[in-house]
Formats: sequence, C-alpha cells, structure tokens
Amino acid sequence: MLCLDNSALDARVLAWSLYDGTGETQRMAGDADEPPYDTGLDALLDGWRLIQASPLLPHGGGDEFRTGYLKYEFLFEKLVDG
Amino acid sequence: MAERLLSTIDMATFAARGFLRLDAVVPDHVNAAFLAQVHDVPADAVSSIREHYGRILAESVIPRVAAGTPLADAYDADSPVRAVLDVPEVRGAITSLVGHAPVFDHHFLHITYPPAFYRAQGREPVSQHYHQDSTIDPRRAFDIQLMYFPHDTTAAMGGTRFLPGSHLRVVSETAIARYQNVRGQQHVVCPAGTVLVLHHGIWHGGGVNRSDRLRYMFKIRLCPTEPQVRLWDTSDLPAPAGRPAQRPIFWTAPESAAADPVAAILTRPEPWFEQDTSRLEYINRARLWRYLTGNPDFDVDYWLTRIENEQAP
Repeated sequence: MLCLDNSALDARVLAWSLYDGTGETQRMAGDADEPPYDTGLDALLDGWRLIQASPLLPHGGGDEFRTGYLKYEFLFEKLVDG
Repeated sequence: MAERLLSTIDMATFAARGFLRLDAVVPDHVNAAFLAQVHDVPADAVSSIREHYGRILAESVIPRVAAGTPLADAYDADSPVRAVLDVPEVRGAITSLVGHAPVFDHHFLHITYPPAFYRAQGREPVSQHYHQDSTIDPRRAFDIQLMYFPHDTTAAMGGTRFLPGSHLRVVSETAIARYQNVRGQQHVVCPAGTVLVLHHGIWHGGGVNRSDRLRYMFKIRLCPTEPQVRLWDTSDLPAPAGRPAQRPIFWTAPESAAADPVAAILTRPEPWFEQDTSRLEYINRARLWRYLTGNPDFDVDYWLTRIENEQAP
C-alpha cells in the first residue's frame, strides 16, 4: 500500500505498508524510514498491479478544513509462484 | 515551586508539530529512584511477561489514581514521579500547555521486553500499530501526555515511534493502524531522564525491543481546567492582539522566514503532508494559535483571511 502526495499515480510516496502473504517476511510498523519506491508509478514499473485507488470525495459542508486519514491511498498486489 | 515556562517559539513549535522534547532534564538520582520503585530487574530475573507485569502491578508503589484527580494531589510529595513533575522544565511545560491546575486523566507504566520473552510464548515480537490515544477528539482544547524515559533509550530498544505534525488530524484511535511507515516519523532515542511532551492527538506506537534489557516508559495524561490562553512566557509574543502584519506570500525574499519566526514555524510542512492538505494543516495550526493567543484575528500568510472574506451586501 502506498499513500501519495496527491491523487496522481506518479506522485511522491509519503507512507507505505507491505503485507507479505507468502509468509516469507514479517513487516511491521516502524520497520523502515525510507519508502520502497519514490512514486506510485515506480511500483507499477517494478511489476506491482494497481488494484484500488482512493476515490476523490466532495468536502462536506462545515467540514472542509478538517484533516484525518491519509488521502491518496493506492493498493497494489504482486503474485509470486509458490 | 520553580518552573521554566515555555517561550513563544516553543509554543509555536508545539502548535505546529504537536510535541516538545526535554532531553535529560530529570536528575540521575530521580531516575534511579523511579526504577527502584518499579522494581527494575535484569532481564534474566524475569520468568515471564505475565508474571512480571502482575508483580509490578501488585507490588509497585505507583499509586492508583482516579481520573479527574487534581495533579497536585495525585502523587506523594516524596515520590519519584512527583520529583519528575517538579523538574523546572517539566513543570514549566505543564503550566504553559495545560495551566496551573491540571487534572490527572490516567497513567501507565509501559514495559517492553527483549525478544526472548515473546519467543518463549511461541511468537515473534512485533511493534505496536500506529494509533492515536483515546477516541475521536475534535476539540480545539487539548490534553498533553508526558512520556518519561527513566534510563538511556537506545535505537535497539525500540523507543516510542511518533509522527510529528499528526496531532490535528481527527482520526479514530487504531483506524490508522494500516500505515506501517510514514515519511518523517521519529523513533525516540534519548538519554536517561528525558521527557517527551505530546499533544493528545499525536500518532504513535511502541517499537520492538531488540536489546537484552527491559525498556521502561511511564506515561501520564493531563487535562486543562482553564482556557489554554497565554499561559507561557509571553514576553516575546510578537503581537499582542489584532492581525499581525502579513508578509509577502509565494513571491518572497529568502530572509522573510527569519523576520517572522512564528509564521515560519506555523507554515513549515512535515515531509508526509499531502500537497493540498498541507494548506489545511496551516489553517488548523493558525486556528490553534488563535486559541492559544486569545487573538481571534490572528492569521498567517492570509490562509484564514482569504476564506473569511465575506463582504456584507
């Protein structure tokens, strides 16, 4: 999972997570201070498939300036041979 | 009681980043007394996490204090925790941020054990997910959390990880757990006697202790009982009231940041701010600064003035 600087896939990576379904590695919070890719597009170029992107939602009246969760989240997957 | 109040620059930094670090302010003899009070022992003297925590809860003299107790009544005068709170820098930060009569919310002794203890239970140690304490909290007022590190905390010990500037994000506790790593995150590595002062909204989590000794961190949450307005040393506050003189925006001179340090601090982005939400963060910081200074007209770089410019017909 990559969270980017804006809604463009070639924007800079701000946050990242990796969940390894093969069980080969155990990744966890705080285990890397540098991102695996500079941009979301770089992940595509490395063989990851984009499976979901955050929708762009209208800003509710009275709530326009409230910040919360990271806005531009992109989910990728990569299948490996067992 | 001696106290060293925060400066305006300290307060602006807290408003913008949500934390202050007071490195090695607690004397060694107080740190030693605290560790003795919680029965610190070598790791090989601990049989299991459950047994050790249970024994500390049963035997340690850290008091059980009801939420809402005045801080002044929460700890005995001769206790190590009281000595920590009476350190002039700690006391000054408390007064500056939550006033002269804060109340106690809760405290907890966090102990992180070396990997062998987890492996003895058939599992690998894992870090704590990112979370924001308590629950959704949309207030402008804020609580503070003191994190006291009574011994040297090395990188291997997995000191608390936290995300500067995350305190104004309104989220729901562990809903942020899916974020494993964020640009700009910090891991506490500090000398003994360090106190980290956090806005209640800071995203944080404990790390894995890969050393061979137990790691301790004692946390206390405090709540204000008065408006948090101009409680610090305001002798250097640039403008007491009204909209401060605005500086040029975008087309600026290199020296403009130095000319207005508060404005520079409130508009300094964190490495993880999205391009557009960084501007929302500046707006929310400016609103917090309005609250802290009691000046409803404060603005920085026209972020609030622009969106409040409704002319009557």
